[in-house]
Amino acid sequence: MTSSTTQSIDPGVRRSDPAVRLAGVTKDFGPVQAVRGIDLEIRPGEIVAFLGPNGAGKTTTIDMVLGLSRPTSGEVEVLGMEPRQAIAHGLVSAVMQTGGLLKDLTVRETVQYTASLFANAHPADEVLRRAGIADLADRKVGKCSGGEQQRLRFAMALLPDPALLLLDEPTTGMDVEGRRAFWSAIRADAEKGRTVLFATHYLEEADQYADRIVLVSKGLVVADGSGAQIKGLASGRTVRATVSNPDSDSLAAIPGVDSVDIRGESVIVHAKDSDAVARYLLNETDARDLEIAAKGIEEAFLSLTGDNDGSEGTPA
Amino acid sequence: MSTQTIDTSARRVPPLGGFNPTMLGIELRRMLRNRRTVIFTLIMPVLLYLIIGANDNYSGDREGSGNVSAYILISMAAYGAVLAATSGGAMVANERALGWSRQLRLTPLSPIAYIVTKAIVALAFGGLSVAAVNVVGKLNGKAEMPTHVWVEAALIAWLGSIVFGAFGLFMGYLLPSENVMQVLGPLLAGLAALGGLWFQIRPDTVLGHISALTPIYGLAQLARWPLYGGAPHLGWILNLVFWLTVFVAGAAWRLSKDTARV
Repeated sequence: MTSSTTQSIDPGVRRSDPAVRLAGVTKDFGPVQAVRGIDLEIRPGEIVAFLGPNGAGKTTTIDMVLGLSRPTSGEVEVLGMEPRQAIAHGLVSAVMQTGGLLKDLTVRETVQYTASLFANAHPADEVLRRAGIADLADRKVGKCSGGEQQRLRFAMALLPDPALLLLDEPTTGMDVEGRRAFWSAIRADAEKGRTVLFATHYLEEADQYADRIVLVSKGLVVADGSGAQIKGLASGRTVRATVSNPDSDSLAAIPGVDSVDIRGESVIVHAKDSDAVARYLLNETDARDLEIAAKGIEEAFLSLTGDNDGSEGTPA
Repeated sequence: MSTQTIDTSARRVPPLGGFNPTMLGIELRRMLRNRRTVIFTLIMPVLLYLIIGANDNYSGDREGSGNVSAYILISMAAYGAVLAATSGGAMVANERALGWSRQLRLTPLSPIAYIVTKAIVALAFGGLSVAAVNVVGKLNGKAEMPTHVWVEAALIAWLGSIVFGAFGLFMGYLLPSENVMQVLGPLLAGLAALGGLWFQIRPDTVLGHISALTPIYGLAQLARWPLYGGAPHLGWILNLVFWLTVFVAGAAWRLSKDTARV
């Protein structure tokens, strides 16, 4: 090959603009505050998980990044542009939970239709082949299975070769194998500089596939870091025992203790160093029925997002 | 983290808000593939004309500068155009209910380019419907009217049907369902009867006064006006403008009440 075709994912000039920048963003729906003040910067090429329970404000935030709705206050910027501008330039794509398809079009027509709307798009047949649905090209969308339709949505999202890809609960309904194949494809694209922001409520998925996890709860960012850091926040063990006259000050003074909860004779201590707590309880008090339990990652997730405290949620 | 970044400065915005012949072609094909639309807007008006209008009784009776067959031919052409425009409008509302409009919002396509495309498709279909009735009527030979009346009546029926694109949009937002035309078909048949498309309604009767207030009346009268010549009644034009305003306002009202995500 003498002249290379224009590589659309271009290792061009490094730009300083973040892929996504949210500054003090809030969004109210009537009296309901879905997003209560999010500051977030995502660097180009990052794979970021937007993790949180249903109703945390994930979808609302993604809608604002896509310019589908405007923040009540605060600023949203995508690749240094207004969100709608970035979409018009074919720089942003999304696969949404609610994205509709026309049942009476064929798979190929759907891709051609979408491709025709962009100034630059990959050829429809190439995209169909890459998405593994070339053999379905002439099938009516209404006759495709849910999984096939999902692959079609991805094919459509990849048409303009977006610099930023937003995914809302992308692997819902996929089997383990499909999930793995999906994420390896996403990772390969991110290597070439594509930024990926995906919303999920599966901690495991966020941990396995994201470079960075942004934990949201009730419209606020409650933690932001690598999977290991987020898990670190959740590390530690729980020590339970029955003690006649528990002394909360002494317990709290033990190094590595995060919290002490005393109800009558029942003592519950969360600590990074559970051995020290056990040693104190058994040596210095009349503690009996002592139990040490690892704090599960799911439990940690719930404690961080406060999803188990029974307070009312907000719409997603 | 990657070592590369994507050069965002190389990207362009599509011209004309994304309007393009590929999309238009696919939209036209969709309409032609829809069996119900083809039957109701292309075949039914033709059959109705052949059954009702193309007989020796009517071809013998004079009406204006033509005959009664011509009068019925114009009415059926207008009916077909109204059906085509209504289903075009309802389609937009339906696509919104399906979430396709939201999908399109994730592309550079501007809302104006989308509406223009849909309007072209609806008008193309209305044009096909009017043409079908006129061509079959001409070949059949029963209808007689001067050439300029053929052309003028066909153009008025076609362009006046735009009002019903707004009607379809309004009704589609009001009753968002894939089968909204199953409701609108009978409704339009009733309105066509009241508006004087099925049979002549004497203007000085109670029915005549009611008829003059219904939405198809203005279009029916205007489309048949070339057959008689003279000046068109102000009432016909007012009727058409009034209902256009009602339908556009209704569609805008439903749209603003729509709290669902776009």
